[in-house]
Parts: sequence; structure tokens; C-alpha cells
Amino acid sequence: MAELNLVESINAALGCEMARDDSVLLLGEDIGANGGVFRATNGLQARFGRGRVIDTPLAEGGIAGVAVGMAAMGLKPVAEIQFTGFIYPTIDQMINHASRLRNRTRGRLTCPMVLRSPYGAGIHAPEHHSESPEALFAHMPGLRVVIPSSPARAYGLLLAAIRDPDPVVFFEPTRLYRLFKQEVADNGESLPLDTCFLCREGRDATIVAWGAMVPEAMRSAEALALDGLDVEVLDVATLKPFDIETILQSVEKTGRCVIVHEAPRTAGFGAEIAAEIAERALYSLLAPIKRVTAYDVVVPLSRLEKQYVPSVERINDAVRGLMEGS
Amino acid sequence: MGLHSLIDPRIDLVRFLTPEGDLCEDAPLPISDEALLDLYRAMTKTRAFDGKAIALQRTGQLGTFASALGQEAVGVGVASAMEARDVLVPSYRDHAAQFLRGMSMAECLLYWGGDERGSDFAGPRGDFPNCVPVATQVAHAVGAAYAFALRKEERVAVTFVGDGGTSNGAFYEPLNMAGVWNAPVVIVINNNGWAISTPRSLESAAATLAQKGVAAGVACQQVDGNDVVAVHDTARRAIARARAGEGPMLIEALTYRLGDHTTADDATRYRDPEVVQREWTREPISRLRAYLLCKGLWSKQQEGELLQECAAEVAAAVATYMATPPASSDAMFNYLYAEVPRALEAQRETARRFASRK
Repeated sequence: MAELNLVESINAALGCEMARDDSVLLLGEDIGANGGVFRATNGLQARFGRGRVIDTPLAEGGIAGVAVGMAAMGLKPVAEIQFTGFIYPTIDQMINHASRLRNRTRGRLTCPMVLRSPYGAGIHAPEHHSESPEALFAHMPGLRVVIPSSPARAYGLLLAAIRDPDPVVFFEPTRLYRLFKQEVADNGESLPLDTCFLCREGRDATIVAWGAMVPEAMRSAEALALDGLDVEVLDVATLKPFDIETILQSVEKTGRCVIVHEAPRTAGFGAEIAAEIAERALYSLLAPIKRVTAYDVVVPLSRLEKQYVPSVERINDAVRGLMEGS
Repeated sequence: MGLHSLIDPRIDLVRFLTPEGDLCEDAPLPISDEALLDLYRAMTKTRAFDGKAIALQRTGQLGTFASALGQEAVGVGVASAMEARDVLVPSYRDHAAQFLRGMSMAECLLYWGGDERGSDFAGPRGDFPNCVPVATQVAHAVGAAYAFALRKEERVAVTFVGDGGTSNGAFYEPLNMAGVWNAPVVIVINNNGWAISTPRSLESAAATLAQKGVAAGVACQQVDGNDVVAVHDTARRAIARARAGEGPMLIEALTYRLGDHTTADDATRYRDPEVVQREWTREPISRLRAYLLCKGLWSKQQEGELLQECAAEVAAAVATYMATPPASSDAMFNYLYAEVPRALEAQRETARRFASRK
């Protein structure tokens, strides 16, 4: 098995699926000879040709829109949006068309496309490169929103996203692209969508996270273990439709829940998880549900980035607060 | 029909019949008499349907409806030039084309009557459903065309966009891609003069809308959109060209919206009645009828029979539509994803529980 970082595992998954399925094609800005600004599509144009790895004009709405047309006609387009700050023009196509085509036509036409984009803060990027808009897409009926938190999960979940018969928005945590390597078997095996992953078992509290916050949650759990606290960590992975059952089971066991995300707090996806727990597992709780999120502010430029993204210290503080409060 | 100099982007206008129904030039029409009669029947059928649909809306039996009154030649002319294997990507006023493609009138009524099953039409199964967000469908046609080219299928995607739609960014992005990719797509601007109440003069300072293709390197052409022969012939040539791998084409069809924008609109608020009256003298059906009568290809008796036939077909469609009961609440959930996700099953159950309490 090869040791791959997250961006290499994305590249491996794309190559694997394109070789397996002729209908898979890639489109996006600078994804051809340049291999994408993060090199996620490195070498794929040379391998599969310009017909299947398309350098598009600069037009994000158009990229999403032509992907809808391609998907409806039997292709499986995987569109790359270079940075999440540029993903907003695609919302029109994603909400008005990609997410609805199957429903509007009672299944006559479908839209098996993937919209990939790096997302999140932590790499000292310029303005409009560090946003976390997952909740916007998770709000749209008919879409799937998938966010991996490790190279192995990125590989397996991206394969599943491409094979899924419906549109998937696939957010890749930019700060994890090259943060660590992991053994990834490039064997074409996918991971299940719509499923939470248990990252660490524990009895005292549950931390629910996704994307780049999963490694932070793990670091927090390890730090808290030194204090004798036994913390469970869940990776939500698919935000829409999300696996609330696994989260409920965990919270019913531990009685305490901290939800961590790097998107702004208000109407973030953490609020959805908290509401579901409150409706369905309130009496299992030994303490209030807690959210550790970014603030309701514009993602700052790099010098304040560390103050913005939830830190291990903030997560630790939240878990300890719950332990003391109950 | 080529691309003109960038310095002087004059656009050719194709026309065969004058508004009075005379030949523009002393040459036969590039279409057989039988095909010409088919176009006439199709336009008349659409007009009969529109009249009935508006009446149904006025009596609370249909939702908001967008009539094609006065623009029948655009839809009929274009769709008659397509083959079944091609794909139509319509806007929301293109039932003239959809009928010719095989969508039934009952399906059209179901759609406007608020039932998604109207978009599950029997016509070519690859044709797209009506697109409401203006100009967003152009990208779908270009994406479909790319798929055809990639698989080396000799198929063409055809889409319609309104004059107002060409002001939208969603129009320009895929037009530009179509040029770069040499995509087998034909984009037809249904220039009916109005974007609800906004006239063509407030939509663009460009002399023609067709010339918007020039900047994208896409061949462009104007056509008299009330001359069904001109529309048919122009579309036929554009489709043949695209099918042969010679690239996309932007066609601007000049027509006029004789009706309101939709049944929710009142065009008397913003339109000069004298202009509308003048436009009635140029409309496509009377124009072709005058030609057919003059050539001895049509008679008053045939006209009477055709109108009766159309009325019967429309009445049958209305009966089918009215007899179709609404789908169950399950229908909201069952087609959203390939399989209903667990989280949605619970909501479907709730909807069922409350639906049964009625």
C-alpha cells in the first residue's frame, strides 16, 4: 500500500475511476496540463486525453451548468471549483437544476455529477479562498454533501461520490491536503456515503466533527485522555443526508456532546445536529449540547486565521466545561 | 451564413415569405408542399391549445401559463428540423416545439396544472423539462452537446432562450464554451420583443442579439421568426452543420409576443395597443395561410376541418388532464434521490400520516 497525502489520494481515486468507467470525465479551471492548482488532477490529462480532462473557460456557473447537461446525457462529470470562495455562482445550477432534475422528471433524467472543491481555512490563502459553505449546500434537497477527513476516507468517499447516481458536492479540507500521509490501498474500493465514521471510542463525551476539524477533535481527545477523560470522536463525513442514528447512539452512551465546525456558528450545520439531538435524545443528556465553531465573522486574512478556526484548546475547554457542569 | 468580420458584424436576416404571404424572391420555397402543410397544422394546433389553456387558467382549472401566441413559427420551425435522436432543451414557452417532439397536450397541461408527471413526458425521453430560471438551460444544452461529441454520436442539442435571457450571464458562459469546444449545439433566441414588461430596447444596446455569438466565435444568424419556412430552413442548416462537426450556431428569431407574458401578467399596462394591432398583421399563421390559399394548397373547407380536429384533440387532452388525480404525498419524496435516504423516510411517513387525515 502506498503512503498518500489527501490530495494524492484524490488524484488516485480520480485516476482509478476514470480507468474503470469511460463515462467519467473531469472539467474545471487549470486542471489539465497544470494538474489543478493543488495538483489534484496531476497527470490525468496526459493519461486520459483532453476530451475527458477539460480545461474550461473561467466560468463557475457555466461549469456546473454544463456538468448538469453532461450528466443528464449519461456522462459522470466531476467538476472542480478552484476555491470555495468561487463556488457561489454554481449555487443557481446546483439548487435549481442538479438537485432537482431527477425529481422534476420523476426519474426520467438524472444528474450523477460531482462538484469538488477545496474548502476551509488554515493555509494562509488570499481572500475568498478559505470559506466553509457546507451548510448552504446541505440545505438543498436532492444534493449530497460529503467531506473527507483523511487520505483513506478521501479516496473511498470520492469513489462513492462518483459512483452515486445523484449529485454530490464534495468538499476537500485544504489544510489537510498535505498535512499528513496515510496508507491508502488504491484498489477501487469505496466507502459508504450517508454514514458517520467512529474515529475513537469513549465513555465520557462525544465530539462530532467533519473535515479538518476531525484531526483537531482527535488531538483534543488525546489531550483529555491524559486527564483521565474518555472521549468518543465521530466524523460525520456525509452532511446531507446525515447519519443521525450513529450520533444519537453515541450521545446516549456518553451523555455529553460537543459539535465542532470551522464554518460560522449561526445556522451552521452544527445547529442541525444539536436540534436533532435535542428532539430525540434530550433525556440522555447529562449536560447541555455545546458547539465550538468559527465566529460569525468573515474569514480573516492569515494573521488572524488561528484565532478564527476552532483550536484544540477551545475544544478541550468545551469538553471540560461539560464534565464540570454535570 | 458565415461569421462576419469582427469589425463589421452585420448579421444576415433570412426570410422567404413577406407578412402578406408572398414569396420574397421569385424562387420556390425550400420545402415540399406536404411538409409546409404539416408546419401549418402544427402551428394551428399550438394556437388552439394556447386558447384553451388560457381559458382553463381563467376558470381556475390550470396554474399560471405562458402562452406562445404569435410565436408558433419559432417552436414549430425549429423542432420540425430536429431528428428524434437530437435533444431539446426548452425554456418555459416552448410547447410548440415540445408537441412536435412528441410531448402530449395532456402532459403539458399536467405540468402547468402543477404535477411533475407532466415533465415525465413520453416524447423523446432525453429531452429536458421546461426551464424556468432564465437562460440557465443554455449550459445544459452545451453539456449535452459535449457528451454527444465525446461519444462520437451524431446528435445535436437544441435550446431556446428569450431576448431577455441573452442579458443574463448564464447565457454567455456556455455560449463561450460552445465556441471553444466546437460543440454540436444550436441556440435559438426567441426574440419576442419583451422580457415581461421590459422591451428589447432596454435589454441590450447591441444592434442584433445574434451578434452576441461573434464575441464567442459562434456562427450567428438572424431569421424572420414569423416566417416558419425561414425558421425551419435556418434551423435545418444549423443542425446539419452542427451534426457534421462544424460547430455551434446562434440563431436570433425575430417574432412578437402577441399575448401577455403569462396569465399572471397584463401587457396592457406597458404596451401600445396600436403596436400590438400592427403586429397582428405580421403573425405567422395568417401569413402562411395566405400563401397556401394563394397557391391552391389550402381551402376554407380544409381550414374548418383542421380547426375542428384541433378542438377535438385539445378537448381530449383536457379530459385526460382533468381525470388525472393528484399523486400521493409519497411522490414528493420518492424521486429526489435514487433511493429514499433513511432521514427522508421518516418525513415521508409523517406526510403520509397527515395526508390520510384529510
